[in-house]
Amino acid sequence: MSLANLTPSPGFHKWLPVEYRDLVEHGPYFRDKKPKVSDMGKFKEIVEEHPMCAGCAMTLFIRLVFIGLPTPEHTVIVGTAGCGRLAISQGSIPFIYGNYGDTNATASGLKRGLEVRFPNQHKDVVVMAGDGGLIDIGFQHLMHGWFRQEKFTTILLDNEVYGNTGGQESGMTRQGQILKMAPRGKKTGKIDALGLAKVSKVDYVARIAPTNPARVARTVRRAVLVAREVGSSYIQAYTSCNIEYAIPTPDVMKDAFDVEKDRYGFEEIISDRAKEFLAEVEKKDKAKK
Amino acid sequence: MSTQTASKVPEGKPADWVPAGDLQEVVDPEWLMHEAPRTTEFITGSEAAREAIRRCNVDVAISYPITPQSETMQQAGYLYDEGHIKEYYRAEEEIGTMSAIAGASRAGVRSLTATSGPGLMRGLEAISSWPGARTPVVLLNMCRVINTPLAIQPDNIEISFLLNTGMLHAHGENQQDFYDYTLAAFMVSEEVDVTLPATVSVDGFFVTHARGHVSMTDPKYKLPPRDGWRSAVPAMDNENPPARISRDAPIQKSNFISYHMHASWQQEVFAAVRRSAKYWRKYLGDLIEVVNPGAKEMIIASGAAVSQARECVRQSEEKGIEVGLIKVKTIRPFPEEEILNAVQGAERIYVPEFNQAGWLHKEVCSTLYGKCKADIIAGPRVYGGMTMPTELLLDWMAEGRKDNPSYTF
Repeated sequence: MSLANLTPSPGFHKWLPVEYRDLVEHGPYFRDKKPKVSDMGKFKEIVEEHPMCAGCAMTLFIRLVFIGLPTPEHTVIVGTAGCGRLAISQGSIPFIYGNYGDTNATASGLKRGLEVRFPNQHKDVVVMAGDGGLIDIGFQHLMHGWFRQEKFTTILLDNEVYGNTGGQESGMTRQGQILKMAPRGKKTGKIDALGLAKVSKVDYVARIAPTNPARVARTVRRAVLVAREVGSSYIQAYTSCNIEYAIPTPDVMKDAFDVEKDRYGFEEIISDRAKEFLAEVEKKDKAKK
Repeated sequence: MSTQTASKVPEGKPADWVPAGDLQEVVDPEWLMHEAPRTTEFITGSEAAREAIRRCNVDVAISYPITPQSETMQQAGYLYDEGHIKEYYRAEEEIGTMSAIAGASRAGVRSLTATSGPGLMRGLEAISSWPGARTPVVLLNMCRVINTPLAIQPDNIEISFLLNTGMLHAHGENQQDFYDYTLAAFMVSEEVDVTLPATVSVDGFFVTHARGHVSMTDPKYKLPPRDGWRSAVPAMDNENPPARISRDAPIQKSNFISYHMHASWQQEVFAAVRRSAKYWRKYLGDLIEVVNPGAKEMIIASGAAVSQARECVRQSEEKGIEVGLIKVKTIRPFPEEEILNAVQGAERIYVPEFNQAGWLHKEVCSTLYGKCKADIIAGPRVYGGMTMPTELLLDWMAEGRKDNPSYTF
């Protein structure tokens, strides 16, 4: 697929939706130099409006993910039921809102299908779903996607609760936490998804909180590029639920910093082959600058 | 516009390896189905499926073992190794299989999978979402008892679970049908005004593991590839200006717009099922086959029950009794008009089935209610793996000729 086939003929340009023209002229579509996090507010973003709760940290994180995508014009997002999809589906990127917990199976077929159909054009597939969707109902597909080393990125929006269904405990809820369906406190601990990713030999694994926007964008870029060229990648992001955990809206970022410091510090686990690949890519990036 | 180019040589293949599919000639599907010279082989249903798949130009096939289906998808694996299928893997289980194959189809490529009874039930949440997603996946279904008690025997009750999903569905009588219907299913499902998944069911073991004569075209010919740009909905490839198809007002909220949108989406899916009839006719001749039209006693059957009914017709003829037969080829679209026309002279209609629920009987009753004076007799039925002796049908028909013609099963 060459760019020429995708760029609208100038004669038809004005008939395209204004949103699309803005994405090309004032946004991240088809841009050699992508707009940066520090320019937020000055360019056309992939997601601009959403029905998420006031102060939701997940929303900020999703915005940053969209900025970090290396090639948004050739990306497809896969999600499932949960809070995140309310914002993700607002994005100007095709979004498969699938069945419960089917994301990583769907992404496996989608990615392979896109590779067959577009052998000369990278098409990035990114799963973005919550802790319930990925670690509980979608767990088997998450794990098997990793075992098969499927070449797409999984981003876990970890709010440690089923937010969208009204605050039930999930596999990622911490031990002792009182939530719906855990009236006496959760009996068992938070599932060590990072450890599972590591033993599954995922090529790029990162734990992150939305405290450093530029770092979030950089991490997403790394994960997507590794998935494109090397193997599976996984980002686990703390995206608090200020409603179910009763975090006052003005304190959402303070909570993110506190949790980061306490148990969600930035960490990357990168395979040797992915390290080698990223070093090469980042060397080229520097040379461009 | 297709961007397919020669792929990289897979690991383990010599440097000059050419995928077998690349050596096949793409031909007009109608010519392939109706005019291309054929030779006959004596093969199993699974082998007939393999030979159909070989000619179907499949891009992605995803497999998961379950008896009696396993043989077909492992044969598909060999076809992948030969280079007739471009991508193939064994998935984790059926929810994974059915989700992944939908993902592949959404990428705009020709996609195939297969299953049997319990596997179908396991994957049903995903399968029932295919029509709404307008994914033209082809699902080969080798009917089997649904557990419990656990059994692997033929019984086609699982078809009843697919009837209202919005899928196209053909039910093959024998190995020949399995070959022909599979080829037709890909072509019909990918028509722009259809763009729906299609199931081709056959009765397990009776068809899959038994041999029959199958007349096939030269393997050097194959169907045209799927054109991912021709579809009722855009592929999920980000090749179109982004359409926010899941935007909040239409689907994501509970409001009158969302209800209306969902309702009209469903109406369109079921309208597309009806629209597919003209394409099935193009490839299969008609949606039904009628033997002895105008007979007072008619049998309406699908799948392996048709073969038993044919023998019943033959043996009745030997006794000087004319019995008619309507073979239903497509369960969805259900050939209502054709059946209605074919039963006009009938006084008694028998619906033999390989399942307990009698789903075909219910379909026939709802089609003919108020439009036909014949008694529609609910059976005979066998299930749980039983065979259907011709004598059973003959006995039922003899009973029906007595003074009490409208007894029920």
